[in-house]
Amino acid sequence: MTQLALVIDLNVCVGCHACVTSCKEWNTSGSAGPLCDENPYGADPTGTFFNRVQTFEVGQYPNTETVHFPKSCLHCEDPPCVPVCPTGASYKRKEDGIVLVDYDKCIGCKYCSWACPYGARELDEKQQVMKKCTLCVDRIYDTTLPERDRKPSCVLACPTSARLFGDVHDEESVVSKAIRESAGYALMPEWGTHPANHYLPRRKTSLKIHVDELERVDNPLKVDGKLPKPQKSDPTLDDVTSW
Amino acid sequence: MKPAFSVIFLTTLIGVGQGLFLALYTQQSYALFGLLPLQDDAFYAYGSMLALLFLIGGLASSFLHLGHPERAWRTATQWRTSWLSREVIALPAFMGVVFVYGMTNLLDFRPVLVILRGGIPVDLSIVSGGLGTLLAFVLFVCTAMIYGCLRFLREWHSPLTVINFVLLGTASGFVLAAFYATFFATNYSPTQAGFFADWAFIITLLGLFGRSASLWRNARLRPTSTVQTAIGIKHPNIVQKSQGAMGGSFNTREFFHGKSPAFLRAIKPAFLVLAFAIPLLLLFAAHSHPAAWLLGTAFVLQYTGLLAERWYFFAEANHPQNLYYQTIG
Ligand code: SF4
Ligand code: SF4
Repeated sequence: MTQLALVIDLNVCVGCHACVTSCKEWNTSGSAGPLCDENPYGADPTGTFFNRVQTFEVGQYPNTETVHFPKSCLHCEDPPCVPVCPTGASYKRKEDGIVLVDYDKCIGCKYCSWACPYGARELDEKQQVMKKCTLCVDRIYDTTLPERDRKPSCVLACPTSARLFGDVHDEESVVSKAIRESAGYALMPEWGTHPANHYLPRRKTSLKIHVDELERVDNPLKVDGKLPKPQKSDPTLDDVTSW
Repeated sequence: MKPAFSVIFLTTLIGVGQGLFLALYTQQSYALFGLLPLQDDAFYAYGSMLALLFLIGGLASSFLHLGHPERAWRTATQWRTSWLSREVIALPAFMGVVFVYGMTNLLDFRPVLVILRGGIPVDLSIVSGGLGTLLAFVLFVCTAMIYGCLRFLREWHSPLTVINFVLLGTASGFVLAAFYATFFATNYSPTQAGFFADWAFIITLLGLFGRSASLWRNARLRPTSTVQTAIGIKHPNIVQKSQGAMGGSFNTREFFHGKSPAFLRAIKPAFLVLAFAIPLLLLFAAHSHPAAWLLGTAFVLQYTGLLAERWYFFAEANHPQNLYYQTIG
């Protein structure tokens, strides 16, 4: 069993939105038709996106940290959005675990978007069908592309390599290793959706210095500074050197 | 959630249709066992046609909700997993049976199928009515489970959702039946309005209990998901600074009701008064004096109240995806 997924490293993401634009560019140009926008240059621009980068501020001033948080369909292993679809337009592929929408079957009832706790699905207001991340299914298997390009658009676009792509069921894959070794976690685990996509937490590199390491062991009187010069007559440590 | 008027009308209109049909058949069952006088065929025939009109209204309204109504036939395919698909099957099936029931009475085509012990004849009208009753309840359960099965919409994920859909739909149908029955008083058969009004009173009262119970429950819900579980960072102070879109998105349009908290606070007592308090008073008065104007007013007010109730039902549900859409900026 294969379960393709993304692993997103929040420690590395700088919030540049390169994945958003690259995703939009690839997926609006495919055979499935455009990802429609409305008023793109007007007062109230809105549109359909598979991927969004959100920003959160953690902590209170002055101890705050900015976290950029890319969010797309997590290709849940137990996707609540699939069984509720009345037409069978939403489905999860057996062979690679990608959750897809058949745009020719979808009636635009929006029920699946109600059933996704992550808000990963967006209705295309012009085409009136439900859209969501496809993991670039029209790209990752395309043998006309060089091998290194057979990855989702967002992964290729990320300048900091914050996005990893692979099979989370293969324990040797880059994503499985990252999850295992860098404490990858799932979003909203409380709903039992078992998202395939994982996030790597923010990590701080810190050096632990113990108090006794700050003190010289050969300074029993705990006086810092230069030791007083011994008298000429005083015995020396090695009986050789003299002052 | 954003209350969609198509769905508000769908659920309330078919509720009236189902309730009206159940009311007619209840009266007919009483009459079968000689507990009430059997009415003219026309009473059941036109009554079920009226129910059918409400069902058609609901069905038409449901089409307005779809982005691609021309593909609606596909919705009947996933009945194994989807309550929405089950509803889509149950609604036309119920409408078909209501139509058959109406026709057997209208055309007086009532072949006796079985004779019960005690010589009570069971004819096609009774059998189709029984099937219709079963389907009416199946339809109530399907409609309510569309909402009740979504486990992370905690306000809906409760048996009270099903109970209230059944009670509120049936109550409005019985009130309409009482109003309808006032037009069928003849010298040899007294009006059945009192009978329907009494039942409507009881069911409305039960509906009041059921709805109050769900309001009480929902007011005490603690959210399961928080912004901490949503982004997986453990810190008591997390605020969103941007949501990845400046002009809003499907996620901001579909999942927020967009009304002020004051509006939400006002609509609750409004629907409690309109859908329950006033109709209960009017129905109580109708017990001794079943006048058409009393029952007609009761129906109109209660239906208006139920529209507000359904609006509130949607608005009150808080979707966990909203945690990701707190701030535009
Ligand atoms: S993230 Fe949402 S849309 Fe994607 S598979 Fe999970 S439930 Fe479905
Ligand atoms: S909007 Fe489309 S994909 Fe979603 S549940 Fe309805 S028919 Fe299925």
